[in-house]
Amino acid sequence: MTYFFIQAVIFLTAAVVMVPIAKKLGLGSVLGYLIAGVLIGPVAGLVGDEAVTIQHFAEFGVVMMLFLVGLELQPAMLWRMKSRLLGLGGLQVLLSSLLLMLIPLWLGLDWQTALAIGMIFSLSSTAIVLQTFNEKGLTRTEGGSNAFSVLLFQDIAVIPMLAFLPLLAIPAFSTSTSEADAAHATFNLAHILPGWAYALTVILGIAAVVVFGHYLSRPLFRFIAQSGLREMFVACALLIVIGIAALMSLIGLSPALGTFLAGVVLANSEFKHELESNIEPFKGILLGLFFITVGAGIDFAVLTENASLIILATAAVIAVKALILAGLARLFSVRGANRWLLSLSLAQAGEFGFVLVSFALANNVLSAELAQLLLLIVALSMFLTPLLFIAYDKLVLPRYHQKSNQQEADTIQHQGKVIIAGIGRFGQIVNRLLVANGVNTVVLDHQAAQVDTMRAIDIHSYFGDATRPDLLHTAGIEEASLLVIAIDNKEAAIKLAHYVKTTYPHVRILARAYDRGHLYQLLDAGADVIQPETYHSALELGMQALKDVGFHPYTALSKRQMFRQLEIEASNALYQEWKENSEGERFGTDYRQLFMQFEDKIRHEMRQEQNRTDQDSDQHWTPPNKGYADKLG
Amino acid sequence: MSLAISVLLAHPGIEHSSVNRALYSAAIRLEHVNGVDLYAQYPDFRIDVATEQQRLLASDVIVFQFPLFWYSTPSLLKEWQDRVLQYGFAYGQGGNALQGKTLICAVTAGGSENTYCAKGYNHFTLRQLLQPIEQTASLTGMHYLPPFALFSSRETQQEARIRNHVNDYQKLLNALAEQRFNHEAACQLDKLNGRLDELISTTTAEPLKQ
Repeated sequence: MTYFFIQAVIFLTAAVVMVPIAKKLGLGSVLGYLIAGVLIGPVAGLVGDEAVTIQHFAEFGVVMMLFLVGLELQPAMLWRMKSRLLGLGGLQVLLSSLLLMLIPLWLGLDWQTALAIGMIFSLSSTAIVLQTFNEKGLTRTEGGSNAFSVLLFQDIAVIPMLAFLPLLAIPAFSTSTSEADAAHATFNLAHILPGWAYALTVILGIAAVVVFGHYLSRPLFRFIAQSGLREMFVACALLIVIGIAALMSLIGLSPALGTFLAGVVLANSEFKHELESNIEPFKGILLGLFFITVGAGIDFAVLTENASLIILATAAVIAVKALILAGLARLFSVRGANRWLLSLSLAQAGEFGFVLVSFALANNVLSAELAQLLLLIVALSMFLTPLLFIAYDKLVLPRYHQKSNQQEADTIQHQGKVIIAGIGRFGQIVNRLLVANGVNTVVLDHQAAQVDTMRAIDIHSYFGDATRPDLLHTAGIEEASLLVIAIDNKEAAIKLAHYVKTTYPHVRILARAYDRGHLYQLLDAGADVIQPETYHSALELGMQALKDVGFHPYTALSKRQMFRQLEIEASNALYQEWKENSEGERFGTDYRQLFMQFEDKIRHEMRQEQNRTDQDSDQHWTPPNKGYADKLG
Repeated sequence: MSLAISVLLAHPGIEHSSVNRALYSAAIRLEHVNGVDLYAQYPDFRIDVATEQQRLLASDVIVFQFPLFWYSTPSLLKEWQDRVLQYGFAYGQGGNALQGKTLICAVTAGGSENTYCAKGYNHFTLRQLLQPIEQTASLTGMHYLPPFALFSSRETQQEARIRNHVNDYQKLLNALAEQRFNHEAACQLDKLNGRLDELISTTTAEPLKQ
């Protein structure tokens, strides 16, 4: 146990120190983990062979990652992106794989190994690129969104690659497989069952995943949601991912494929964001651990012996990928600086390269020495990515600066999405108005029954407590332009407004208040626009009452508007008073007096306006004085 | 057969009005007159175009009744024109829904009658000032009649004058409905005031020429 703790301390310390530093330097978290691994492995010698065992465990992070990738894939979104996704992404992966396969072939390697190498290098680093785009604000540019399509296609392409790699196995390498893999294999039904029965099992296994995702997951989640225990949801999310991984290993399929499939099936579920926010931390930690073990496994002897080969190969990979991307960008008429951005940003190899290398090694597609070399090339190309971005900033952008100003008018203005917290009586109306006008909304509610009712009438909403930061994150608060707070809990609404205003100052907050006290508290918490929930309907009804007691409709409307205006003025003054002398919802005596004063003022002004015959009314039309015309001319 | 008349009242402060309220309530008491208080119907200026077009289709004579605001109609009546007199309905291709109908303005003006001429401080006659409406009638194929106006509408001590004007209004509307009104003679005039007796016959005239 002591040993385990010490191990954990070493890994965590390395990560906690190196990852933030790497991020500060613009290298991204993936490289941070790699450096941490290099430091505790080859440099300091704190961890040794056991890193390989940990790596097998940490590979599970990849399985979780693919589950999350699946969750993010909504068929509608894929359909919208289909031409870019298949055209740009598909051609990029295909051409890069084939061209990069030629080099190892030319160097005399087996075609299976060469193809594996091609596939490994064809993938780019989603983690580094998307993070850099976010930091530099390039996500919404033409180059950025095209790069996203390519990355998304690559993330999906990993699945068939993982399935395909074992078919490339070269028997000569089988000596290098570990005993763990051999032991692993005995659990596989493929070796026990006859062919037809195995095929049937595979079909049944996949069907089970789909049926579970479609029909059984919902009642299960609802049952757990009713318990109100947060950790049960975490346990359940883990159970689903691990359960599917176990099932897939048992029937001899890739666990990554299984969880990916489950993710896609659950992508439309109202529990999507809740699942995401629960799995996300595990994925992050395990993937981090995976990259650390990759770094720890780097053999410096290999690096120094083959330094020139590694540098040349890295340069070749970057050059080939950039050229292919530039050609494709031309084909898909991505112009100017955006073409450079697309080509340079995706020229590196990526974290999936590490996964494929270790997977290919385990499946006897690569020799151990070659795998070492490939890991180094992938890592080096990732290290160079920040340099490519700097080159883009310093060399490419200045050349296109004038042009890009003119082009901006052509690009479609991206409409940020709106997150609506709470889909009760109030949030519903807001959401209906927005959705009817084509605004992209994400609706969250913490009552599974409410979400159910909404889903029944085709209002897309997700189960989850909007006041939880991680859930807000998975709902996409970073890219949101607006947050509408319409949750029932008064205190929680105030906390939410405060949290979002301090953490995401760019998000505009529109909140529903219960009463005046709540309104002031929300104002204090940083909400930008606050609407008392009953105020407008009461005014509307009041106006109707005025009409029914004989006021002309146009006058009734004017009175209503005037009343509202006077109220706003009074409210601002009352807010100052409340701020100085009241605590929370309790109103001080001064406040009460002020309130009554304002009521008098409103009454007075409305009456005066009614009796006014002179010219200075600005609210409502009144005729000029009798005989005014005689004084004109 | 008598004609159907629609009176469109546009007055943002009808409760303060002495003349227009009396005119309007007198008008809608008549058998063939339908009235709409536009500011009551559309206080928020959201005009129901389909309803208003139906109203026009169902009428033979359209009366714009309004106080003269800055030599034009109150803004809601302008909004009404902008929205209701659509292309394809009132004008342009297929826009002949108003052909042959009659349009007349019943106006109250604060200035005295003698100011509405080249030498007065208003410099133009009322008919000249209302030329945009006259031209609208022309483009939409309607017969335009000179304005029926009350001048010096905010004068004191005028009960008798208002009573006379209200009676004239009813007389005019009845004559229009019963087709006893001499359109051709009226067209030449600058305003209908004081000439009603010449223009209205006691027996039904022959139907209007298109």
